[in-house]
Amino acid sequence: MKHVNAVVIGAGAAGGIVAKELAVAGLSVVLLERGPWYTASDCRKDDLRNQRTTMLGNAFGPDDDGNPRVSVDASGAAHIVLPSEGSYQNDAACVGGGTLSYGAQAWRYLPQDFRMRSTYGTPAGSSLEDWPISYDDLEPFYEKAEYEIGVSGDYSGTPFKGPRKHPLPMPPLAPNREFYILEPAAKRLGLHPFHLPMTRNSVPYNGRGPCMRCRWCCGFACEVDAKNGSQNTVIPTALASGNCELRTECMAKEILTDDRGRAIGVAYFDANGHLQQQPCDLVVVSACAIESARLLLNSKSRLFPNGIGNRYDMVGRNLQGHHYTGAVGFFDYDIYDDIGPGASIAITDYNHGTPGLCGGGMLANEFTRLPIHMIDRLPAGAPRWGLGHKQAMRAAYKRNIQVFGPTQQIPSANARVTLDPTVRDKWGLPVARISGNVHPHTFEIGEVQAQRAEAWLKEAGAISTIKLSGKASGVSAGQHQAGTCRMGNDPKASVVDPGCRIHDVDNVFVIDGSVHVNNGGFNPALTIMAIAYMASASLVRNWKGTGLKS
Amino acid sequence: MKQIKGTLARRDFMIASAAAGSAILSGCFSSHNSGWETLTDADAATLKAVCDQIIPADDFPSASDAGVLTYIDRQLTRHYRRHRKAYAAGIEQANRISRERFGASLDSISSQQQLAVVTALESQNSAFFNLVRQHTLEGYYGSPRHGGNRDAVSWRMLGLDEPPLRGRAQYDLRKGSSS
Repeated sequence: MKHVNAVVIGAGAAGGIVAKELAVAGLSVVLLERGPWYTASDCRKDDLRNQRTTMLGNAFGPDDDGNPRVSVDASGAAHIVLPSEGSYQNDAACVGGGTLSYGAQAWRYLPQDFRMRSTYGTPAGSSLEDWPISYDDLEPFYEKAEYEIGVSGDYSGTPFKGPRKHPLPMPPLAPNREFYILEPAAKRLGLHPFHLPMTRNSVPYNGRGPCMRCRWCCGFACEVDAKNGSQNTVIPTALASGNCELRTECMAKEILTDDRGRAIGVAYFDANGHLQQQPCDLVVVSACAIESARLLLNSKSRLFPNGIGNRYDMVGRNLQGHHYTGAVGFFDYDIYDDIGPGASIAITDYNHGTPGLCGGGMLANEFTRLPIHMIDRLPAGAPRWGLGHKQAMRAAYKRNIQVFGPTQQIPSANARVTLDPTVRDKWGLPVARISGNVHPHTFEIGEVQAQRAEAWLKEAGAISTIKLSGKASGVSAGQHQAGTCRMGNDPKASVVDPGCRIHDVDNVFVIDGSVHVNNGGFNPALTIMAIAYMASASLVRNWKGTGLKS
Repeated sequence: MKQIKGTLARRDFMIASAAAGSAILSGCFSSHNSGWETLTDADAATLKAVCDQIIPADDFPSASDAGVLTYIDRQLTRHYRRHRKAYAAGIEQANRISRERFGASLDSISSQQQLAVVTALESQNSAFFNLVRQHTLEGYYGSPRHGGNRDAVSWRMLGLDEPPLRGRAQYDLRKGSSS
């Protein structure tokens, strides 16, 4: 097979950006993606089979057949789990990755999110740490992501944000009814509500039209291609450069190394299941936190008996996502206007600065609710079944507002990805084994956030509320998964350096949510994108035409 | 049928071929002893009683009238194959409770008695009850394409337009004076 400069594994939020940046800079790139390329015509508006409600499977992968994982529960018992089950901790497997079907909230983390240990210390049993980079280092790349991928919204209502040089490239969508109810209530509470940022066209942008405000948004591909992900922005640019070849339905098996410990290529199974080897000068792993860790662990050789980058047993540790908490408020008049995407208003007043809590989180109203989302979110006292349940569905469906948010997750080194010793996937590769649990302080933060959501809804006129907080057992990872290849300066306590290069292999990079030191109190997609732009810039800077500067 | 330059319009052709297809399919099924893919007629009768207690009829149809049994039956050969044993055991248990309490199978007792049996089933076998509750609600409130929520009846019940009227649902187009 013809030698190329770079192989990028995974065509999601980060991989698409890296492929584009390298290809446009003149490197020859092969972009491997295990899933297929869906288009807007594959929008698959199925309430029971999408990426958010997965009773009948994942619309955008992976398939339930042949892709198991092993989940270890709180009692230590191991279970084989399917991609459509929650404890699988799934993200999508397709061109665009999660960005094809996400809700598209496009948050910058706050400056404090990069200095968590300096700000709060380290709670007992946690691995809370500072990032080796600052918000200011990342700011130009946040801006690049906002302009190249395309973000709408308006931060002007809040002082709780990082400094920025330019406003967002697109105005927010027109408010929905929930916005008009929640905004004055937040202001009465002394809070600072604003139009939340989304990688979504509110006006024509990048050659595509605006959002048509439909009900099927979060969890679905966009029918009019107004939701911006890597599949409709950077990947087409990468292909148009003539320097990038996208190979879909190709599953990476391992990174191949020579006897000096340098990567020389990638072995993968092609769409027909045949094993192929793609020789290259450098490898970029962008397969999402769980699969990136799994690929490194599966890349064993004489020099790397425990997997590439895993000399100090750090690969796969600090797995984290977000513990979501909030509340549903019930009102005595119709609110639901069926205007997507639904999520429209947010506050970031509570992300930091609460005495006794190591952080907080953003709170926002929920995406448009499908009827199936409401079956277990009815007023307190509503029967679980029978005529009472049916009538409660009817009474409450249009008369509620839901406010939720991602709680700042306190990382824990015992929440981790390892390889299962016995279970294999359909290619015969050892599968990810997910074990550990969420650090308990996360639940303390989440509980306070849920109370705040309740207070906001009550101020808005809710006649009753239910709080959704609780303590999930096991890890939280899912679509916001991060942390498994931590970025740091100390090779013994992290996996990659601030340029996303693996400490002890100078031509292998991990560029995706895996490198997050912590995951902020926000949806992580824009940060994953910004890091991809930043790491790509340093990679291109160090490229000498035939290899990397050492 | 509309004709465009001597050929069937595409939409009409699709309808015609779909009708032909279903005629062939129903021919196949008539050789089978029941219309179900997984369930026996007796299983279906018991399951109907359970599902219709979970979602009874009022101004809007019950679970079975909205096609929930079709949804569950189809998925037991597809995505829910793994739940077949649980269904077989749960249906048997429901009938056992019914015979113990009322001396007859679940489908042959009154609705009030069925409610008592399903309530007992919930406490005796919560794993199965929660499964069938979940599947019943999925069938009733989920997408009509899977055989449940027939004619999008639950969506209409909740006040959602079907098909969706994008960008217009917030207006009452009947209001105002006629010109």
